[in-house]
Amino acid sequence: MSRYLERAENLARMLDVSYSLSLMPQDGSKHGLDELAMPLLITGTLDEYLEKYGQMHAERMLTFFALDPQNPASIYCCLQAARTNAHAVRGRITADMWENINSTWLEIRGISEQGLGRYGISHFCEWVKQRSHLFRGATFGTIMRGEPYRFIRLGTFIERADNTLRLLDARYELLGEDIDEIDGRPARSYYQWTALLRALSSFEAFAEIYRGSPNSRRVSELLLLRPELPRSLRACVDELNLMLSGLPGDNGRPAQRLAAELLARLQYTVIDEVLEEGLHTWLTDFIQVVRELGQTIQASYLEVA
Amino acid sequence: MARSFYDEMYMANGECRSHYRDFTRWLAETPQDLLAQRRREADLLFHRAGITFTLYGDDQGTERLIPFDIIPRSIPASEWAVVERGCIQRVQALNMFLTDLYHDQRIIKAGVIPAEQVLANDCYQLAMQGLDLHRNTYAHIAGVDLVRDGDGSYYVLEDNLRTPSGVSYMLEDRKMMMRLFPELFAAQRVAPIDHYPSLLLDTLRASSPLDNPTVVVLTPGRFNSAYFEHAFLAREMGVELVEGADLYVRDDKLFMRTTSGPKQVDVIYRRLDDAFLDPLAFNPDSMLGVPGLLSTYRSGNVVLANAIGTGVADDKSIYPYVDEMIRFYLTEEPILKNVPTWQCRKPADLSHVLANLSELVVKETQGSGGYGMLVGPAASKAEIEAFRARLIAKPHAYIAQPTLCLSTCPTFVEQGIAPRHIDLRPFVLSGRETRLVPGGLTRVALREGSLVVNSSQGGGTKDTWVVED
Repeated sequence: MSRYLERAENLARMLDVSYSLSLMPQDGSKHGLDELAMPLLITGTLDEYLEKYGQMHAERMLTFFALDPQNPASIYCCLQAARTNAHAVRGRITADMWENINSTWLEIRGISEQGLGRYGISHFCEWVKQRSHLFRGATFGTIMRGEPYRFIRLGTFIERADNTLRLLDARYELLGEDIDEIDGRPARSYYQWTALLRALSSFEAFAEIYRGSPNSRRVSELLLLRPELPRSLRACVDELNLMLSGLPGDNGRPAQRLAAELLARLQYTVIDEVLEEGLHTWLTDFIQVVRELGQTIQASYLEVA
Repeated sequence: MARSFYDEMYMANGECRSHYRDFTRWLAETPQDLLAQRRREADLLFHRAGITFTLYGDDQGTERLIPFDIIPRSIPASEWAVVERGCIQRVQALNMFLTDLYHDQRIIKAGVIPAEQVLANDCYQLAMQGLDLHRNTYAHIAGVDLVRDGDGSYYVLEDNLRTPSGVSYMLEDRKMMMRLFPELFAAQRVAPIDHYPSLLLDTLRASSPLDNPTVVVLTPGRFNSAYFEHAFLAREMGVELVEGADLYVRDDKLFMRTTSGPKQVDVIYRRLDDAFLDPLAFNPDSMLGVPGLLSTYRSGNVVLANAIGTGVADDKSIYPYVDEMIRFYLTEEPILKNVPTWQCRKPADLSHVLANLSELVVKETQGSGGYGMLVGPAASKAEIEAFRARLIAKPHAYIAQPTLCLSTCPTFVEQGIAPRHIDLRPFVLSGRETRLVPGGLTRVALREGSLVVNSSQGGGTKDTWVVED
């Protein structure tokens, strides 16, 4: 449930970034189609889309990504899944949480009938983010600090860690190494990094910490290793460790060990080491580890009888 | 009197200008109710983000929304290139003028500008005399107000070299347009402007000889009309927003109080007038400034952007000489035109002005914000007579200019879409080099026929596009 909501939020953030970038003056004359295909590429649904529609088409891609009930990775389906799961555990979550999640679902059906173009893309992304904020607030403010709470948080942070890694990876693939510092000219990379930071609500944090133009080194350091940024990998892993160590019983040993190991790797590395290894390789490796951690948690706690 | 206005969107024969064609097609195809819905949304969003300004002398409702119009003002790239060069030329000349003025005064010795015009000016700061500034930059941030006359040529109305404001509206208007009407940006190539805060920070850092100076934004506080902008720029640049009380001087160095102890400040982007900066040196009643700041500044231990005493160069009595400055310092011909100006301190000019009050615009030399001016053609007989008395009593405090036929741009008003007068304020940054982002703030006079675009007088804003031809 919380994973799906967090995922919906992340998808909305992804969409927001790509959409605003697609509006920038482009190099070619493809009207930013490549940029719009990006969210599909990150979520691995581009092939499905092409199979279904054949051609890249801006409006269709956006709808496919956001509202298509046939696309299991769409925001629509995420919210549906979140609602179904919440329904299943209705007895363990508070009324505030349930009502919130349910009304989100009802509203998105309305939006879906209205169509994305009419509702406005930015407006839509903003709405999804807000609903997610609201759910998190309702959870934090109303649920007992017991196991359900811990598992909800675990789901959120596994999902968030994965998302930060993937978004950074995708943007980095596109831009590659910084060729040189931009000398104030509106260079493309400046806007690309800025958009990524804004999508992760990290632009203000970046400005405060670095006071300069974003480049791959600084952005990676912020998003991977800085503990004070709530969407950074490090912060997510911190939180995962905290939650896992609070769970009783011995079943969780493998998960706890994996999480602690992950934290240690993040704590004692520096960004130069990461870049030396190759950012893409490093990110791919970590996406794998985070997935493994998710599976281990699942296996340790939810599959043993 | 039939007057011909230059319209930004339509030619005299009613045909749409080429750089507006995509837009008008879109406007015609978009249903009215959708537009109305989006305009309401814009209001809501501006309110939610707290993008407001305060009107002085208004007891109720301290926060007001600046009206935002959804029809953009569009400038073809080739036209912009000329404006850009013109603005850079002008600001460079003005900075050279200020350097000269506070050092050798060659321009006065050469007889280009009469000494009393400068030295007797209230804005001339003796404290700046002989002080060397890094890169000889006085006006790091300048806002050049431009208008277009009936034939479409650009005129500079005034140079704002003190603390020009409005740049946050330029940025927020663009954000709003991209949000409400993304399809427009998908169809047309509009030059981006969002990197302005990063250029600003770069400019401020370049103003100090240090490698990694600590920069702060100094605001008069949350009751100032432009407080939102101060906070906005500080946040976008990632620097501290401070008030006078957060700063203090010790050992001729400037520090700010932080929770982890004092921190030395190297550059102040100040949004405070000269008179309030230092109660020891200027207005002793000021609670807004920092005692001892001027002495620290003169020791070179802190940079003020803009420098103290820039006001002498954007004073309306100096304005008529800018063309001469450009020729004198740069030996170039001015790219942008000055509006012909009568200086009321000259008896011949004064009698001409008095005889033609009903056709002229008369301004106080040190006024700003659209206060204390007379727009002849729009004024009643009584207003003109009252103004005549003030003019005769203090002629040296006024200048007069012909009423320009400010260009118009279609604008949403209550009755639908109608032409309204606009101006343009690009923001010029002087650091390692002089540069600006493509576009600026377009202000629009929302009342029919009104020529006053200031937000304090009921003006609104538009997004400004520089588009490929």
